[in-house]
Amino acid sequence: MSSVLFDVSGPKTRRRSLIASIVSLAGIAAILAWVILTLAAPRQSSGITLPGSFDRSRWDIFTDPSVWRTIGDGLLGTLRAAAVAAVLALVIGVLFATLRTAGRRWIRIPATVALEFFRGMPVLLLMLFILLASSWGTFWAVVLGLGLYNGAIIGESLRAGLASLPRGQREAGLSLGLSRLQTKTYIEFPQAFRQMLPVIVAQLVVLLKDTSLGYIVGYNELIRTTMNGLGAFYGNRYLLSLFLVTLAIYLAVNLSLSAIARRLARRRGPRRPGRGHRGAPTGSLSRTAGFPREPGNSAVE
Amino acid sequence: MDVVIASLPDYLRGFGVTLILLGVSGVGALIIGTVVAAMRISPVPGLRGFAAAYTEALRNTPLTLVLFFCIFVLPNLGASIPYITAACIGLTLYTSPFIAEALRSGVNGVPVGQAEAARSLGMGFGQAVTLVIFPQAFRMVIPPLVNVFVALTKNTSVAGGFFVTELFTVGKGLANAHGNAVIPVLLGVASFYLIVTIPLGLLSARLEKRWVVAR
Repeated sequence: MSSVLFDVSGPKTRRRSLIASIVSLAGIAAILAWVILTLAAPRQSSGITLPGSFDRSRWDIFTDPSVWRTIGDGLLGTLRAAAVAAVLALVIGVLFATLRTAGRRWIRIPATVALEFFRGMPVLLLMLFILLASSWGTFWAVVLGLGLYNGAIIGESLRAGLASLPRGQREAGLSLGLSRLQTKTYIEFPQAFRQMLPVIVAQLVVLLKDTSLGYIVGYNELIRTTMNGLGAFYGNRYLLSLFLVTLAIYLAVNLSLSAIARRLARRRGPRRPGRGHRGAPTGSLSRTAGFPREPGNSAVE
Repeated sequence: MDVVIASLPDYLRGFGVTLILLGVSGVGALIIGTVVAAMRISPVPGLRGFAAAYTEALRNTPLTLVLFFCIFVLPNLGASIPYITAACIGLTLYTSPFIAEALRSGVNGVPVGQAEAARSLGMGFGQAVTLVIFPQAFRMVIPPLVNVFVALTKNTSVAGGFFVTELFTVGKGLANAHGNAVIPVLLGVASFYLIVTIPLGLLSARLEKRWVVAR
């Protein structure tokens, strides 16, 4: 933006922007240093002196392999719930998209109502619903809650994908003598799915993050295992260390999934010929160009 | 159904707390998100990097973990704050990067040609931004922003798992107290959330349709 909106800056302005850069960086560095020093300093609490947060006595449990085994179990719990819920969400999403675009009104309207219901509800409430109304245990409460909620969202984006297809695709299918359902499954869905793939993968990252709600309904996923299980076992002084380790694990898993989503977004198959590429910005206003439609932005969280 | 009607005052009290959480953390996230978005498009590389790291880190952390930090870890580090304040801080932090991204993608979505045209007509920086760039960016930003607030409404329920007696906690308590009427009780809770989320969703869809910029 600056390159277009400003006149080319002279030496004085350039010097000023350099000074601003240095000052703001120093400010951020000072805040970070303050936080780290505060954490590292020993603290007085009700008469006892507690060692600083980076003291060895606060981190020594991580040399014990059984701690890592427990953390691994927690991570496995998270990944298992996420995997089952992801498959379920995709199936439900396709189902919702099919029903919502059905030709008959008595199918379309109830499907729309159900979709809006699941989309507008907190996932946590959905999980509690399933937990209390059925007797399938916490794993299925988490999985079904996530599957229904994310299924509704994926269904909605698939529907948008179906709507964006050129009408000729569907007409061609029907004129070849395929039934409506056949046209949808063989011709429309494969294209819609491909078009919406980045959005769907971004939504699956959200789903993985949301398995952490299992902490509240009582499913033993990563946060419950580390913060409740290990935190209670080893005592409160390990709470910050355990928190930082949990955070690092989540960031590693989610950032690698987001990277996959971004790569998928970049090499999405060849653009269909004959379809105008409307609304594509020819350039970006800000210097940090980036994608105008980064996959992460379109996910609903 | 009788249970729902009889416990309407409880519902309303919980709904009030939910609205407080929504209002406070919505305004807070709007402020922090605007600052972060401004840093993200600023000409200072250090600020850009910091804003990018902040956005990526918070967007990839589960809300549960953020709230856990605010409720359990912060007091353990010596900060004594009431639960509801801590929950507001957590929700604000978690929501701010989503707002920043919505704002940034709006500004990025305005084609460079618009700015070039404004400049070539002889407009200054202020005129170009206020008369040409901002009105277009605004239209593109509002629908995603409304969606962020819909998500925030739903996310306030997570605070219910951390000692804040809002709508979700009220519903949980009522469901435990009336074991034979679990489904009506929870449908009552759901309808309070839907009162907020469905109109906001419809608003965003309508604005998106009406404000779509023909290019």
